[in-house]
Order: sequence, then C-alpha cells, then structure tokens
Amino acid sequence: MADLVNLTIDGRLVAVPKGTVIVDAAKKLGIDIPVFCYHPKLKPVGMCRMCLVEVGTPKVDPATKQVVKDEAGNVVIAWMPKLQTACTTTVSEGMSVRTNTRQVADAREDILEFLLTSHPLDCPICDKGGECPLQNLTMGYGPGVSRFDYDAKQHNDKHVPLGDLIFLDRERCIQCGRCVRFQDDVADDHVLQFHERGRHMEIITFSDPPFDSYFSGNTTDICPVGALTTADFRFKARPWELASAQSVCAHCPVGCNITLNTRLETRTGGYEIKRVMPRQNEQVNEIWMCDKGRFVHHFTRAEDRLKTPLMRDANGQLVEATWEDALSRVARELSAAASVAGVIGDRLPNEDAFLFARVFRDLLGAAVQQQAGLFVSPRVPAAYADIARDYGIGATADFKALGKGDVILLVNGDVEESAPVWFLRLRQAVVERGATLIVAHSRSTKMHRYASQILRYDAGQAAQWAEHVIRNTQHATPPLDLEQIKGARNLLIVFGDEKLNEAGARALARSLANLLILAGHAGKASSGLLPLYPHANTQGVCDMVGRAGPLPERVDVAWLVGVGDAEDVPQAAFVIAQDLFLTDLAARADVVLPALSFAERDGTFTSGDRRVQRFYRALPPLAQAKPDWWIIQEIARRLGAKWRYSGAEAIFGDLTAAVAGYAGLTYPVLSETVEQWPPMGRADLYYGGTVYDNTGGLGMRYPAGVEQTGFTPHVEWLPAPEPTVDALRRPVPALYRDGELIRRSHVLAGHLIAPGEIPVLAK
Amino acid sequence: MLKEKRASDIQKTLAKYPSKRSAVMPLLYMAQQEYGYCDDNAIRDVAEILGLDPTEVKSIVGFYTMFHEEPTGQYVIEVCDDLPCALRGADDFVAHCERRLGIKAGQTTPDGKFTLRTVMCIAACDRAPVAQVNTEYRYALTPESFDQMIEELKGQDIK
Amino acid sequence: MDKHILLRDLDVPNIRELAVYQANDGYAAWRKALTAMKPEEVVAVVKDSGLRGRGGAGFPAGLKWSFIPKDIFPKYVVVNGDESEAGTFKDHQLLDNNPHQVIEGTALCAYAVQANTAYIYLRGEFLEPSRTLQRAIDDAYAAGLLGQNILGTGYNLDIHIHLGAGAYICGEETALLSSLEGQLGQPRLRPPFPAVQGLYAKPTVINNVETLANVPPIVLNGAQWYRQFGTEKSPGTKIFCVSGRVNRPGNYELPLGQYTIRELIDMAGGTIDNRPVKGILPAGSSAPILPASALDTKLDYESMQAAGSLLGSASFVILDDTVDIVWAARKMVRFFKHESCGKCTPCREGTHWAMKLYDKIVSGQGSLQDVEMLGEVANSMAGKCFCLLGEFATSPILSTLKHFRPEYEAWVSGAKTPAGASFHT
Repeated sequence: MADLVNLTIDGRLVAVPKGTVIVDAAKKLGIDIPVFCYHPKLKPVGMCRMCLVEVGTPKVDPATKQVVKDEAGNVVIAWMPKLQTACTTTVSEGMSVRTNTRQVADAREDILEFLLTSHPLDCPICDKGGECPLQNLTMGYGPGVSRFDYDAKQHNDKHVPLGDLIFLDRERCIQCGRCVRFQDDVADDHVLQFHERGRHMEIITFSDPPFDSYFSGNTTDICPVGALTTADFRFKARPWELASAQSVCAHCPVGCNITLNTRLETRTGGYEIKRVMPRQNEQVNEIWMCDKGRFVHHFTRAEDRLKTPLMRDANGQLVEATWEDALSRVARELSAAASVAGVIGDRLPNEDAFLFARVFRDLLGAAVQQQAGLFVSPRVPAAYADIARDYGIGATADFKALGKGDVILLVNGDVEESAPVWFLRLRQAVVERGATLIVAHSRSTKMHRYASQILRYDAGQAAQWAEHVIRNTQHATPPLDLEQIKGARNLLIVFGDEKLNEAGARALARSLANLLILAGHAGKASSGLLPLYPHANTQGVCDMVGRAGPLPERVDVAWLVGVGDAEDVPQAAFVIAQDLFLTDLAARADVVLPALSFAERDGTFTSGDRRVQRFYRALPPLAQAKPDWWIIQEIARRLGAKWRYSGAEAIFGDLTAAVAGYAGLTYPVLSETVEQWPPMGRADLYYGGTVYDNTGGLGMRYPAGVEQTGFTPHVEWLPAPEPTVDALRRPVPALYRDGELIRRSHVLAGHLIAPGEIPVLAK
Repeated sequence: MLKEKRASDIQKTLAKYPSKRSAVMPLLYMAQQEYGYCDDNAIRDVAEILGLDPTEVKSIVGFYTMFHEEPTGQYVIEVCDDLPCALRGADDFVAHCERRLGIKAGQTTPDGKFTLRTVMCIAACDRAPVAQVNTEYRYALTPESFDQMIEELKGQDIK
Repeated sequence: MDKHILLRDLDVPNIRELAVYQANDGYAAWRKALTAMKPEEVVAVVKDSGLRGRGGAGFPAGLKWSFIPKDIFPKYVVVNGDESEAGTFKDHQLLDNNPHQVIEGTALCAYAVQANTAYIYLRGEFLEPSRTLQRAIDDAYAAGLLGQNILGTGYNLDIHIHLGAGAYICGEETALLSSLEGQLGQPRLRPPFPAVQGLYAKPTVINNVETLANVPPIVLNGAQWYRQFGTEKSPGTKIFCVSGRVNRPGNYELPLGQYTIRELIDMAGGTIDNRPVKGILPAGSSAPILPASALDTKLDYESMQAAGSLLGSASFVILDDTVDIVWAARKMVRFFKHESCGKCTPCREGTHWAMKLYDKIVSGQGSLQDVEMLGEVANSMAGKCFCLLGEFATSPILSTLKHFRPEYEAWVSGAKTPAGASFHT
C-alpha cells in the first residue's frame, strides 16, 4: 500500500498507515506505551504526558537535503532534544522511537509520581481496583514510594452524583478528560466539562437534568481510574470475583456485543448479573453500548419472574402446575381448536422463532378443519422486513467505511432513540468522515444536528412524501436532490415506521428500495436499507415467520410467545402465554409457561443489519423456567412431532437449511473472531478501558436479497394509504419506553417513559 | 432575561464572530453586570442564547478568574500582590487594605459594599502598588489614597 | 535614536488622537500599502526588516506572515494583547497612549496576508485600555481607514476587540485562539500550526501588540531604515519594562543590543537607595534569574541567552540585596500555580507540589531534603509539559537554586525564620 509509513520502534521495524500515532504503531508490534488520556477511539490531546518517548527522524543535510548516512551506510537519526508524547506524534518515514531507555522510564516514573500526589489511597475500597490502569501502571512503572507529604494532599469531594447513573470521585480523578471528550466528541451530549483550572480543575456537570446521556456508562469503562462509577455496580463486587459470559444485547436492533459479569450471591443463593459491559466488535458497536443495554439487566433476577407453569383452577385462579399437566393441557386445547393464532414477539431468539414457525407449518393447520395463522407482534415491521432484507446493506458493508462521498438518507426514524449505537456510528460517518446526511422527518431528532439537508412532511405522511419526492410526481419543497443521490459513492437509507400502519410502512420501505434501484445503488455492497426495528431480533423473527395476513379478531386458541404486553392479540377462548413475567396479558391467559431470558440460555439474534450473532449462557436457569424452544418442542411433541433437539445449536442446524439467507451459517462460523484493531480488552486496560475482548464471535451478516444470484431488483410502487388513527396515536420511539424491563431495573426505573408519554425530543 | 434586556448588545456581539460560541465571554460579562455575578440564571441565559449546554458555559465561568461564581460586594477591589508589586510594598499594602476594610482578602464586607481580592500581575508594575476597582485601574496607591478611595466609594451607590 | 518609534506618546502629546496621529505620519504607511504596495511586498519589507516577535518567543514576524497559505479563505489576524507576564506593561502603555499605531500595524498585517477580519485579544483587566482602543478604532472607521472599500481600494477590513477574562495562559497563542473561540483557554496541539489551522481552523497570524506597532514605521520607512537600530540578528527597538527595586520603574524603548542591563537600570534611576543589585529577572517570572554578575549583558535576544536566560518580553524585574530570594521565588511559583491551566500533569501537579514545598520552607518547617525536593520536582517537570507555562514554572525554582542556594539553606537551617525575617526591604 502506498500510504504505509515505515518506522523503527525499539529496534524493530513496523509499517503502519500514514497518520498513525506512535502509541498505535507500537501497539502493532505488541509494545505497550502506557497512556492515560489517550484512547484509540478518541482524539489525542497529549494531556497526561504518560506516553513520553524518545523520537528521532533521519538526519537531513541542510545543504544537500539528503539523508545523512554513517560510515556503515546506516541512516543517522537526529534525536529530538525533548521527549515527545507518543499519543500525539504521528509517524513519519524512517522515524526511530525508543520506549525502553532510562530517560523514558524516568519520565514515566515522574508522571506517575505527579499523578499520585493528588490521588487518594483508597484502592482497597475502589471499584476500579483490580482493573485499574493507574494501579497497574504504578506497579509497572511507578516509584516505589511517594516523596509527597501525605499531609499536603488535596482532599476533594467523593461520591458526587453526576446524575442518577454515574458517580464521580473527585479525589480519584486524574483529569485525563476521556469522559469529557467522549461526551463531546462521541456522544455529542456536552454535559461533562472541566471546571476551574490548575490543581483545582475538576469534572462537573451543570446540565438540566445533570449527566443525562444515553451513553453515560461508557465513560466509566474508559475512565482510567475509579473516578467514574455506575450507580449499578459501585460497591457491589470486585472485578476479580466476576465470571464472564459473552452475550449480545437483547434490547434494540443494533446487537451490541456485550459481556455479562455474574457472581454467585450467597444472599440469594444464586448467580446474578453484577454488571453488563461492552465487548468489542468493530463491525457492530466498536467498544460502546448504551445505558439501556448496560443497566436494564435486573429483570433477569426480578422477584416476580415466572418460576413455574401456571394454570387456571376450578375457581378461575391461576395456580402453580407441573410442566406435564400444563403441556398436556396446552396440547389438548391446540388439537381440538378449530382456529389457532400464534403470536410471537420479536425479542425471541432465531431458534425459538424457527421452531414456532415449524409448529404452524407442519403441525397446526395441516388438518383441513383447522385454521392456523402465525403473526409477529408488533406487526408493523413484519410488513416490510422482507424488503429490508432484499434491499438491505451488503454482507460486507462496514459502518467505518462510510464517509466522504457517501450519502446517508434518514427517513422517518429516530436513530438515537431506536438504535443508540447506530447513532454514534452514523454521526461519526458524517461528522468525522464527511458523509452527507439528508434527514426527512415530521419532527426533529438528534440526528438533525448533522444534516446537510432537512426535509419535512406531516406526521404519518412519510410514505406519501417518499413516493412524491422519489417519483417527482408532485412538486415538493424542498425537493430531494436526486442527482446528488445518484452521484453518491454509496447510498445508505436508514428508515423507521413512526406513525405508520402496516401498509404505510411497507409502501415507504418499497419506495426507498425503489430509490436505491433508480439511483443505481441497489446491489452495491455498501449501499442499502437499514431499518430501525423496535427490538433485538425483529429481522430474525420475521425471517423465520415470513409475512402474514391480517390478524384475525377472534380464534379458539391464541398461543402467545414472548409478546409481553402487546395490544394487538386476537380474542381467544383459550390463551397460552410463554413469558418471563405475569404481564397483564399473561394474567388473562389460561396457561402460563415460564420462559428463560436470553441471559440464561444460548441462541442467536439477527440484528437490524442482518448480522447473525451468538449469545452464550451467563446465568443458570431460574427455578423451573425453560427456554422457549424447549417449551415449543415439548408442545409439538405432544402434537405428534418427533423432534428431539438437544439445544439451540441443533435447531440452528435445521434453521440454516430451511431459511433463505442463513445457509452456510453455523455456530462455529458465528463464533469466529479475527484480530480487531485497535486491540481492546486485553491485559493492558489502560489502552482501551474495561471493554472486553471478543473471543465469542463476531457474528456474520447474511447476504441481502440483491446479493443473491437470481434476484432481480425491480421497481414497484405500492399504494401509500393514509395512516390509521391508531398509527397516528402510536407514541414516537423512546429508548426508555420499554416498561416491562425498565421498571424492573434498579437504576433505570426513574427514566421509564410511560406508554402514552411524549419524551423530551432532541433540541 | 438577558436576551430581552441586552438584545441589541447581544446582536452586536454576535455579529462580530462567525461562530456563536465566541460570544460566550462577552455575554458572560453582560450577564455578570445584570445578575451581579455568574449565577445559575446568568449561565442558563447565556447557554440558551448561544445554543450551548449550561455545563459548557459553567466550565468557562470556572476557568477565568474575572467571572465570579459567588456574589460579590458592590465594589470588587483587586490588589496585585505579585512579585513586581510586592517588591514595592504590595504585601504591606494588602495588609493595610484588610485592616481598613476589616476583612481578609477573598472576603466581602458585611454591608456588601466591598470585596477585597488579591490578584496576579495586572500589567501596571511601573505604578505599584496597583489595584482595580470593578476593573478600573487605581495606580500608585498608598494607604492614605486607599482610605480616601474607600470613603469616596462608600458615598456612592453604583446599583 | 533621537525619537521613539513605539512609545511616540513620549515625543508627541496626544498622539492617541486620530488627528494628532495623522499629523505625525499616522496611517501614512497604511495609505502607502493600500495604494502602492502589493500584499506580498508588505510581507517582504517586514521580512527584510528582521522584525522579531515581541511577545517573548522572538520569532521573525515577516516569516510568520509568509506561512499563511494564499488560497484558503477566510484568514484572520489575531493580536495578542493578553499582556500577563509578571513585570510586563508595555502593551498597556501602547494601547493607552498610542492606539492608532497598534491599529495601523494590525491593518497592515491583515492586508499583507489578505485577511478581512482581525481580532485584538486584550486581557480582561484591560477594560479601560479597550475603551481607548475602541474609540480609536471607531475614529478610524469614521475616517474611512477601516471597514468596507477602504480608501476606495476595494479592500475591506474589520477589527474587533475581544476581552479575555483573567487567565495568563491565554497569552499562549493557541490557548488564546481557543479562548477567542469560546473554549477553555488551554493550549492546543501543534501541528497544526495557527498559520495553517488557527482561528476557526482557518489560516491565522497571531502577533503581539508591540510587534505590530513596529510595522507602520517599517512599511513607511523601509527595512533598511529599521535595521539602523539594533543588531544584525535583533534589529529594531524594543520596549524594556523595568520594575521592582528601581527608582523610576517604567517602559524604556531602546535599540536592541546597544545597552547593558546595568545601563537600563541606570536609565530607570538606579536602584532604590543605591542598594546593590542581587538578581535580574529579564522576562518576568518566566526566564531564569540572573545574578549581579550578568549586569553587563547586552540587551538583545542572543546575549541574554548566552548569559543563561532569555530576553522574552523584556520585562526586567530588578531585585536588590534587600530581597529574599526564596520569598521572591515563592511569589513566582505561586503565580504559575495560580495560572496553570490544568491540562497537563507535570504543570498541574508540579506547581502544586512546589508551592507546598515553598510554603513549608518559609513557614520554618522545611528541611534540606525539602530544598532538594524542590529541585527534583522542577527537574521532573522540565521538558515534559504540554506548553511553555509549565516549563517556565521551573525556571524560578531551578535558577534561584543554582545562583542563590545558600538562601534556601538559611531558611531550613533556622538561620532565617518567618518571624525574624522581613521578606524584602
């Protein structure tokens, strides 16, 4: 590659891309240059001075402008008189760096000694203890004893709540500014800043509400000391007591890779999730995650989890039952019913959804006298998930590659509320790498801040608007610049279904697919549709279930699997509910079957961008609760099926053979990892923070329809009906609206947005 | 609200810069005049006008010593006691000021009239000891001229 | 040098008034440049004059201007009037008494680099000078010397005053730019340099007030005329601020390299009571102290450096034998601790630590070990700070330890006690 730069670090040659800073170049060689303020995901600032190294460049004869060589023919290096910060110095051809000299060691010792003059000695009670860069680096490079008079130590406030999620210990803070820069440059919520100066400089928030950002938890990961801690984890456990399981966040279509840290609790006698941490996947969430994903986990061990099957007794009361009784009863009712409707929630893993769909394909409704239909709740995305799949972004599309020359068109979606980490990624593409953002919406969202063009329409009119501007049938002001879109290197269309009914959402998706085709971007690897689905496995569940007709109003038996408190379920004489909780809906069921959460089992989710990802069991099963696939299989067996799946992996094998697009995927394939850059979550906590390394798999995005042979893109205009009153009344997306789970969070409950409540919209 | 009270000043100030944010310090001076010091309202007013988060404005207030985060006396007397002035008796002069006002540097008289502060070099070392009273220079001060100044200021009311 | 080039108020009464200034060649250079010179010719004459930045670094001004890329717009000129170095009050006098020369110099610089906007950043305490300057700017606008289509040439220039709010660090040019942009006044990484990405990430020239005040006479009279003053490497005149233990503290404009420190002190009326000089701070708190043995050092950049210090902003603070050096060093370290912006570890923590040690020593609680420690703290800071402020902060410590170590020892051996000692006089 032409833009590689060769340099020598501690005598070893390395070639790195132009613009790389020395810290990263050294990292390529496995040489750790200690840092505090530098973070590979943030802009370098050179504040902490921990990374000072000796730097030299080839000596140039001022007269001849030629590189000077010694008698042996070696290039003479002109060493800079002062040490340089390796985090801010970009590499240059022929540069030479020394990180292992006495001078460098002394500098590290000096900086650590300076930092420790103000740092308290409370490691034994500090949450960061055990995974603390300052602790580790002090052990590695610091002075044996401090010469600073302990009595002269400055004492600052401890336990300062910056909001209700994050606490600040002002004594521990080393003023590296990582948190401030993360909030300014990554989250774009400027709610943390420095206050005062010199030794009095400290982190403050003066916002209203205070530290209010969907990404606040990330600051605790990258804080190189125990200054920032979460309300969730502080004083709860020591890092070395924790077991880790690799998982995938189950709360939005991004599919952030996470790590569930658990500990055996003597108090409750079982394992609990103590904290949720991001796990690096540069294709998905890099090293970030949102606060919902981080703090919502308490539902997994909520007191009111369903622990045994329930059945109605003679008095009509739901009482505990054995699995055998409950399953037999369910099988009897299903066999005898003239009409059955299955409704499946879009949080369910692929394996469970696949099995459920098979029940409806192979067992129920097979007999002529039985009407059986399968539906996804909420049903709106099911109306267009096939279009999103057919015209979705390519299998190899990379958010990181989006930049100058690319157009991102955001239609009718609120990225930060629906898919927070995508907000970070799309924002970076626009703000840092120069992609052009065009936003069309009936209201403002945070993404509007970065738009080069803002287009508006009335609420509920997204589909009509899209058809008009794309077909240019009706003069719209301002118009969508179709020439600009045609001229783009790539076209990413992000869209949502806010205030649309099923037909409207489908018409919108179809129009946007048409735009892709008409503008010449359909089939390009880095172009395509990106739907803002409501839940973690909307795409996967829709892939398993396929499209369905309209939901019947009334059936004999309704079988509800993981639908929570969905409103649109049919009236039924007999209701079966599989869920985590006795929701209002489940409380009206005749048989309630306790399911396991994603944390207590393994399985796969398919993200909104069609990345199929594995999650692993982190907690032992709760009481008698079972995975949904097990419950479905047991019922199916009672209906005559011969299935004997031993687990999710076995089901996945059949799934990939049956479901379009999933062919070739296996658990081992999904578990594969490749070396990610920058390397994170290794022993060197100071480099990346407490994000976890990914050893559980990067997952794989299956090809879009347009990428498959035999698929011919075609333009098709669907009628865009006026939105129904129901659709118009539907609340706008809000990250903290998901009541069943959020209200059970010990720290997020206060953020819960009631069903009808309108959240404070982005300024 | 600053926005209404100083509308034309704000417009004039904003017009000077291609970026609104540059007006944060000029606006804070205005807010400080209006509110007496940079209190919560002052900060939120400025933040709103400039489209900044209040935290960002608070940060600016905290960094620069001429923005007051606490209420001050009507007259803020800032005496330089940096080296060049101290070489010409500034330390003794500050002691005199403290005695005369009955407060220590950093404090405000109980009647709210005077705040006494010591400051770093204010670029008038040739006329030491030197002070600023509400940012107006008072050069070549003596204990006598200071006392006289205090008497004069006592008789005035700037608010 | 029969007449002042910069402190012209000493020769021409009321030169602060536009009419008086114009009657004395004021804005003649501006007319000449606009009507008869190409921008690059203005750059060339300033380059040829050898004018070096008067803010402290001494970087050749014309060279700095020549770094401004021609094809990127807008460009900005920023005037550094944050005069905050202890013992410096030259810009103060220029702004108070000869503001039009500063404005004319700013305008010439803007024309030279083809900027249409200039900001004059004054320290917040310069509220009064800013009013004088603003009146002068208003008068210049009214006279058609600033604004749109100046003198019918089609060239436009706006000059705005921006007040700081109390932060020494804003004298550092990148911190000044951050402050002007409404950010914390903390220094930025270089590169990019301001000439390439300065104010609002646009090409920007930053010059000190005094530097630009030199420009009108240079443009009017030519580089050779200017070079008759000063030395080959330090041409022109420089304002020397003299303060401390002298009879007539004040600003003295002298050709560079012609006089010695001793002669400067004599011009300032000699020391109070004719006491012997003990130490000289040639650039306020920021440059190493020189002992009396350096009194015959010539007043130019090279000679001061050879003597072991720096000319810097030429703020000569004179210490006589009544001054306790430890007390003086403590004052200077206190200054840096107060002004440390907090951005980098060694400056933030080092000034704090050093101040603790000084407090301990002058409270009579210190030991020889604390004196050693002071030197070690300063050495630990040296060469590691983000900007020069932290590096400067080491110089009062290291230089006083070097030249006046016995005074420290007197403090920690009990020979001197806080009760028994008068800090000075």
